[in-house]
Amino acid sequence: MGRYLVRRVGLLVPTLFFVTLLIFGLQQLLPGDPAVILAGEDRDPNVVAYLRTKLHLDEPFAVRYAYWLRGVAKGDLGESLRIQKPVTELILEKLPVTLELAVLAMLVALAIGVSAGVLSAVFKDSPIDYAARVFALWGLSTPNFWLGILLILLFSVQLGWLPASGYLSPAEDLKGNLAAMVMPAFVLGNALAAVLMRHTRSAMIEALSADYVRTARSKGLKQAVVVLRHALPNALMPVITLGALEFGALLSGAVLTEQVFSIPGFGKLIVDAVFNRDYAVVQGVVLFTASAYMLLNLLADVAYFLVNPRLRT
Amino acid sequence: MKRIVFAFAFALFSSISFAQTLRIGLAEDPDVLDPTRARTFVGRIVFSALCDKLFDLDEKLNIVPMLATSQSWSADNKQLTLKLRPGVTFHDGEKFDAAAVKYNLERHKTMPGSNRRGELASVASVDVVDPLTVRINLSAPFAPLLATLTDRSGMMVSPRAAQAEGDKFGAKPVCSGPFKFVERVAQDRIVLERYDGYWNRKDIHFQKIIYLPIVDATVRLANLRSGQLDFIERLAPSDVPNLKSDSRFKISKIVEIGYQGIDFNVGKSDISQKHPLGKDARVREAFELALDRQGIVQVAMDGEAEVGNQWVAPTNRYYAKNAPIPKRDVAKAKKLLAEAGVPNPSVTLMTPTTSDAQRIAQVVQAMVKEAGFEVKIQSTEFATSLNLADKGQYEAYVLAWSGRADPDGNLHTMLSCKGPTNYSGYCNQEVERAIDESRTSLDPAKRAEAYAKVAAQVQKDRPIIYLFHRHWLWAHSAKLTGLRTVPDGMVRVQGLKMN
Amino acid sequence: MEALRILLRRKGALFGLLVIGLFVLVALLAPWIAPHDPLATSWSAVRKAPSAAYLLGTDEIGRDVLSRIIWGARASLLAGVVSVSLSLLLGLPIGLLAGYLGGWVDALISRMVDAMLACPFLILAIALAAFLGPSLTNAMIAIGISATPIFVRLTRGQVLAVKVEDYVEAARAVGNSRLRIALRHVLPNIVAPLIVQATLAIAAAVIAEASLSFLGLGQQPPAPSWGSMLNTAKNYVDQAPWMAIWPGVSIFLLVLSFNLVGDGLRDALDPRHRH
Repeated sequence: MGRYLVRRVGLLVPTLFFVTLLIFGLQQLLPGDPAVILAGEDRDPNVVAYLRTKLHLDEPFAVRYAYWLRGVAKGDLGESLRIQKPVTELILEKLPVTLELAVLAMLVALAIGVSAGVLSAVFKDSPIDYAARVFALWGLSTPNFWLGILLILLFSVQLGWLPASGYLSPAEDLKGNLAAMVMPAFVLGNALAAVLMRHTRSAMIEALSADYVRTARSKGLKQAVVVLRHALPNALMPVITLGALEFGALLSGAVLTEQVFSIPGFGKLIVDAVFNRDYAVVQGVVLFTASAYMLLNLLADVAYFLVNPRLRT
Repeated sequence: MKRIVFAFAFALFSSISFAQTLRIGLAEDPDVLDPTRARTFVGRIVFSALCDKLFDLDEKLNIVPMLATSQSWSADNKQLTLKLRPGVTFHDGEKFDAAAVKYNLERHKTMPGSNRRGELASVASVDVVDPLTVRINLSAPFAPLLATLTDRSGMMVSPRAAQAEGDKFGAKPVCSGPFKFVERVAQDRIVLERYDGYWNRKDIHFQKIIYLPIVDATVRLANLRSGQLDFIERLAPSDVPNLKSDSRFKISKIVEIGYQGIDFNVGKSDISQKHPLGKDARVREAFELALDRQGIVQVAMDGEAEVGNQWVAPTNRYYAKNAPIPKRDVAKAKKLLAEAGVPNPSVTLMTPTTSDAQRIAQVVQAMVKEAGFEVKIQSTEFATSLNLADKGQYEAYVLAWSGRADPDGNLHTMLSCKGPTNYSGYCNQEVERAIDESRTSLDPAKRAEAYAKVAAQVQKDRPIIYLFHRHWLWAHSAKLTGLRTVPDGMVRVQGLKMN
Repeated sequence: MEALRILLRRKGALFGLLVIGLFVLVALLAPWIAPHDPLATSWSAVRKAPSAAYLLGTDEIGRDVLSRIIWGARASLLAGVVSVSLSLLLGLPIGLLAGYLGGWVDALISRMVDAMLACPFLILAIALAAFLGPSLTNAMIAIGISATPIFVRLTRGQVLAVKVEDYVEAARAVGNSRLRIALRHVLPNIVAPLIVQATLAIAAAVIAEASLSFLGLGQQPPAPSWGSMLNTAKNYVDQAPWMAIWPGVSIFLLVLSFNLVGDGLRDALDPRHRH
């Protein structure tokens, strides 16, 4: 176990190195001089020159990369030039927002995905199974920004039931916060529900045909008891591990969902920063999410390793 | 179903707004809140509640007193003496006086990364005459100076706070406006609170203002309708008819001081000599003659703009009447193209990926096609497009300018030979001289004469084709009164009241 | 052949194939079946609701929505097929190399793949598309590159599994060159899972293209694409919902069909999945 962990963590270092190279390279090679866009409409040559020096734009790529890495090593991700706020502060400010959205979406996904998966496995090849599978396909095939637009059209514009957008801190106004989060969490969770439903379904089908379930059944236990007490817990483990890995996909989806619903989280932060050439922000946020993703991956692996004794040899 | 009922209840609950708080929906997230370094239009909207200026503008674009109560020019027009308003304090309790004005103007001029340096280039030095009198010495007479002081250059920040915070000042600005800064969550909200020591306290009727940047116009409007917002700026023109029929809301309209136009590369780089539009003024004339400005405004802006052909709108006192808007004339356009030897010129029109610009480009493309132009729209991200324009790597460019109170701000930087935003690469000595005249003369009649010269020449050379001036569309609760529609598009909070 | 029979027996997959076929046909015949020129603007028909003249209504500058959807099928199909082909073209050889050579080459490639997979797919695609400049071609390249690591990883895994099989060992024993073994013996045996993955990836790529176009980084006006149609439509959902509904339905149908075919293929080609 110890050796496995050491090896697994050791691999993170080169991966992280490539991550930094990738995002730094992509950002710094973007066309469009950030100094020119940051200088604003007036494009004062003095300001442009000042920004070029401040951003080390006149230095070679390797030198700029070294500057950035040195900062990262010290925990300094730089400063957003657009609003002059340290990137670490921005991340801490946006993290709860995206985290809340992701957790709510995950809850939606688990609630819909797992129950649909269980139903479709238990009633395999019945109309319920077909309906659940059609639902999963629907979730996988709907572009989430489109779904978002349609929901806004229906619930905010036509019916006026839910706020179209915006974000209220839950500490300030929990009800308002949840009202604003209902649609985005559903939009984001919907696609994930489809993935989880498929995993649950196949894991459940396997579990239902396993020996211990057959034994339980032969003892005359009720179907519901067999399913919920015996099969589901066993089937759920891989589903949850996979769910953790889907957090990355959730972040991808959050980019557009946050855009459509004007939610000030990571996704909106990154997209706006890409368009504004606010390099430090893009680099910092992507580095942070990539690291978080890798960490989750590691935890999932370790968890999987721990519950699967067969792998421990 | 249950969830929906709950959500309904939430929505009801959250729509009860507090009369003491004004919630304003902005179309973009403002940049840094430091008047010296700020550069966005929306940022100025926030500043108009946060930072008072030396002068202000009224609905007719007249310059009126604010922190300065009166001004006088020396005989040679090189010294401007200002009398200051007594009893004004900054949000941190510091006194506003002549020394503060001197500090602020010098900060604008010397701070690294200052965006005000260009506007204040003519200011040589500032003298404190007495605590309430300050003298600004100019290197040469500069007519637009007063107008400049109605914008960010005239905004006064607390010297003590500015010194203490250095370049972090923008994170916690301290000014002397009616509202003081409370907090800012990037891309989410800016919260201001009433400053009780404000000199004009009686005109302030809100306890709090919250600015919420919501980029999507539909969503912004939906928030107004559901009661989450009391006021939104830049209502989408297409939403006007629908909202008009809703008695709970009102729409206010102002013709902007900026313009929407198309820049042609006539001398910025070699490319100007390689494409027919850059080479031959007749081709540019044909291009303009093929345009139906009213049609563009109807289709691209749902009619919510005023057509124009100069850097200021036809209603402006400095609009040159000797250069009226040309009528559409496709036959003449075709004839001009034939004379130029290019009956079917192909043109690449660089267009930023904003929805306004894209719509304009597509309408223009369809219109000039009738005269024989083959326009290829080259959609370019805004950041990239600026860079290409700066390097002269384009033929034609759809570009908007947000506008300045003095016409000089809409003209000098684009059409003088060394102007920083002269993307056309236009340089004409007569125009150069006329622009100089308009800057150094304080006499409105003389300035108008100079602008007439510029207009006549520019209409011949056409480095820029000006298309129209947008309406700033504001939508707000019908209960909101005291709104002043000043053409700079700023939301002035003095006198605003919720009944 | 057996696989094809199984595939065609599945109603879902059959439906998917039919819809894809229909879209391909529509895309190919666009010039003849579109009722209007997709670029022709009509000032007198701006944002008109569906009618006999314009079956699905008109857009913000008076163009026929139906015709634009018909022409837009080209952009979506191209984006799906071209970007996934690019991913395969890049991912397959790199994965073969990593899996077959092993050692430091494998370690290097695997870490790079891990790094790319650690960055959210869409963010990578947005950054790449911004980097290359907004156009349909560049969006396809951006999506293709962003999706490559999945194929590298898949190929590598398959190669590792196949490498130890008897027939590969035998080929090696007879003295075949490494390249020959990789191409003649390993490759044919890993095609099945790749085809399945590629079909599902096309579905994802179609959504990705729509997403990039929605952000203004894909197909550029006036040329139509479903994603960019949605991008402008979102400004008018209130007054002109037809502008938003039909492009979305088209994306949904096409993506659904590729997913159905992908699922069917998986069942047909991989016996383990035949539940």
